Amino acid sequence: MYGRLPIVKMLLATIALTVVISAVMVSINWNGQEASTAAPQIDDLLNVMIVLSSFVFSLVMVMLFYALYKFRAKPGDESDGEPIHGNTRLEIAWTLIPTIIVLFGAGYSWKVLADIEEKKADHVTVDVFSQQYAWSFAYPGKGYVWKEGEFHVPVNRQIQFKMHAQDVIHSFWVPEWRIKKDNVPGITTTALVTPDKQGTYQLICTELCGFGHATMRAKVVVESEAKWEKWVDGLKQKTPAPLMESVKQDSQVNPAGLDAGGA
Amino acid sequence: MVAAIKRPGWYRAILGAIAFGAFGFGLVIALRAISGLPLYQTEQTGYPHIVVPAITAPLGFLAGLGCFDYWLRWAVGAPTIPDDHSQHGAKTWKDYFRFNTDHKVIGIQYVCTTFFFFFVGGLMAMLIRAELAQPGTQIVDAATYNSLFSTHAVLMIFVFVIPVFAGLANYVLPLMIGAPDMAFPRLNALSFWMLPLAGLLFIGSFLCPGGAFDAGWTGYAPLSTGAPLGQSFFNLGVQFAGASSIATALNFLVTIITMRAPGMTFWRMPLLVWANLSTSLLVVAATPFIAGVQFMVLFDRALHTNFFDFAAGGDVISYQHIFWFYSHPAVYIMILPGFGIISEVISTHARKPIFGYRLMALALIGIVVLSYSVWAHHMFVAGMFSWLRVPMMITTLLIAVPTGIKIFSWLGTLYFGKIHTYSTAMLFALAFIVTFTIGGISGVMLGMVPLDIHVSDTYFIVAHIHFVLFGGSVFTIFAGVYHWFPKMTGRMYDERLGRVHFWGTLVGTWGTFIPMHWVGMDGMPRRVADYAEQFGDWNLLISVFAFMLGAVQLVFLYNMVTSWRYGPRSEANPWRANSIEWQVSSPPPIFNFDEIPRVVGGPYEFGIPGAKHAIMTSDGAEVPAGEPSVVGTSS
Repeated sequence: MYGRLPIVKMLLATIALTVVISAVMVSINWNGQEASTAAPQIDDLLNVMIVLSSFVFSLVMVMLFYALYKFRAKPGDESDGEPIHGNTRLEIAWTLIPTIIVLFGAGYSWKVLADIEEKKADHVTVDVFSQQYAWSFAYPGKGYVWKEGEFHVPVNRQIQFKMHAQDVIHSFWVPEWRIKKDNVPGITTTALVTPDKQGTYQLICTELCGFGHATMRAKVVVESEAKWEKWVDGLKQKTPAPLMESVKQDSQVNPAGLDAGGA
Repeated sequence: MVAAIKRPGWYRAILGAIAFGAFGFGLVIALRAISGLPLYQTEQTGYPHIVVPAITAPLGFLAGLGCFDYWLRWAVGAPTIPDDHSQHGAKTWKDYFRFNTDHKVIGIQYVCTTFFFFFVGGLMAMLIRAELAQPGTQIVDAATYNSLFSTHAVLMIFVFVIPVFAGLANYVLPLMIGAPDMAFPRLNALSFWMLPLAGLLFIGSFLCPGGAFDAGWTGYAPLSTGAPLGQSFFNLGVQFAGASSIATALNFLVTIITMRAPGMTFWRMPLLVWANLSTSLLVVAATPFIAGVQFMVLFDRALHTNFFDFAAGGDVISYQHIFWFYSHPAVYIMILPGFGIISEVISTHARKPIFGYRLMALALIGIVVLSYSVWAHHMFVAGMFSWLRVPMMITTLLIAVPTGIKIFSWLGTLYFGKIHTYSTAMLFALAFIVTFTIGGISGVMLGMVPLDIHVSDTYFIVAHIHFVLFGGSVFTIFAGVYHWFPKMTGRMYDERLGRVHFWGTLVGTWGTFIPMHWVGMDGMPRRVADYAEQFGDWNLLISVFAFMLGAVQLVFLYNMVTSWRYGPRSEANPWRANSIEWQVSSPPPIFNFDEIPRVVGGPYEFGIPGAKHAIMTSDGAEVPAGEPSVVGTSS
């Protein structure tokens, strides 16, 4: 044969490197503050993937650098390497093991997705209107009272956002909630989120919508249900007619399947 | 003078562009006058008197240059001129600036043109990073910023990465399979000449009222259908770049399938040939989709059709489906040829046969098949049918498997080899394995719907695509350019400068694109000229590394230009490689081979005493009858 590789040592080195990289990477809070029930689940998924990815990365690094250390040609050596064309068992292994890893990742993601998009019966609905370059919000449960540039929601209640774009595509993102959905002209898109920390956050537009895109923001306030009720009851303005029109129109042309399956 | 104008060439090309442009302009004005409309229509999406000449003038240029002469004579039944090969090969530098049917000349035309656009696009990246070095807007306003990043991406994708691979393969591939040229040399020349026109349309859009196109390279409707005139130049430029790409892919397919030297079975083809076969399969089937969807946008803009006009019953999301049905396969169009380059470089410099050659070829085909079924992973938050997300997530994650096979097989190739790292090409190939692994890992994370929901349209995406496109594709392009530089120019480049370029590029790439992952996850959206204060320090650091990355590319440029002019002469086979292109002189003879070589074995038979890939007639050897194949005899 062509000599033996220190397989055990290489595996140990891979595991050691995996532990070091994952320990550092998992200890850092990459995604920022968690303020919804979905956030910890998504961050856990991220951490699991960081560990698995660290393993793959470490394996590649150990394989690469051991080869570079061991099989570098000596200066002046013009001979060829060993004529090895492959190894069927090894090739099957590095086809099957990654397949299992990614299928595990897919299954886990599917479960997280199903959890965070599970609809609750007592949700509060908020209509979101977006146009170049402003957000506004209406509360259908409160007779469509309306406010521009700021919205409040009660803590620990599931909120269903129904989104309507008036001109081009915008996208609704509150990083602390880990939730994002495009607002598409002509249809209503929806997103579900259960905020679980009171506080003030920022709504960011994440779909390029023109020169004002970078500044298209709105204020998000999560507060106790009592305070929220009071705030909503204090709103005097009703949703303007063109926006109401888009609520009506969108639900007429919406394909039925669009709403199915949560988001 | 009259003779100069009648002859195909630059005089006639400029005259043709002016004449055809004037015809297009006149046609619009005349039709509008007849219809009783105002002669000029200058709504922002309109300008037919500019859009129509922007279609006809490039066609006039191509006709004038002589791209259609031979075919037109056939078409009208005129006596054809017997081919005297006067359009073949280059004797002076001027021959690179005309319609030339030699695949080696076309290859160099491609590489030089695309690198020109690489540097233009790179300068735009420098402007972008200068603006982003600090929060707030300092250097360009938000609208100009949108134009800059849109044009940067479009130049890099459509007139650099995709065509530079076509250029390298144009030069190398016919030699590799023992063919005297591509299957359709005139079509090949036409494909090349459409490319600078596409680039000029993209850059020319800066002269439009309202500025260059600014809806991103993705050009999502309805932002693009309502955008100023520049967007129409994008729609048209994509047509020329796309037509160029489709014609080249057809050419490669026919060349690879029908013009291999005797004995070159599919399982004896170098992996670069396999890679271009797979890429061409993607291009011919997928590229028509982007061409179509950009025409739909142009029709919405100029003819007021309603494909994407939601108020008239158009469907906004359908744009994204059609666009990504091309543009996801396009990312494999931008990396598969690179995979081929890496296989050639690693096997040659490790003095080892490719580990698992057949599985490597099959993995390419696996990627081609899977890549048609993953496009909607760009649309997890787009508001499409939600049931489509999970199946697309599974196919997306599965595509990591054939890609992983390739990474592990390259690593396996290194084992028990004799690894030489004196060549800059090998350094880029080894670094590619590391950076591409990281790009692949972030790609798997993006494929997972819950994670994608959070990081979609943030700097995480920008980091990912630059890791796979710069750390991936561009590294393979550098590896390929350094590897075949001696073959293409007949001279050696300076390895010392090559090393400076390599280390600068490696550090610059990591320094620029790694922190982008972090700011993205932490809440910085992409495509913004201005951002929150908290990301200021990271962005300053990113910009510093980006400037370094940009500056070190000048070392590459200097190395290439001076080595091409003054470098020491290269021998025919400086890397002691086996494939056929290295068995002919550097640069190769004008018709490649005196006699077509006979292929008698696999392309990577290093370390097997007496094994040969091909027998050249110049070897003077008798071709042994019934030489057994040595490929596939796995140990």
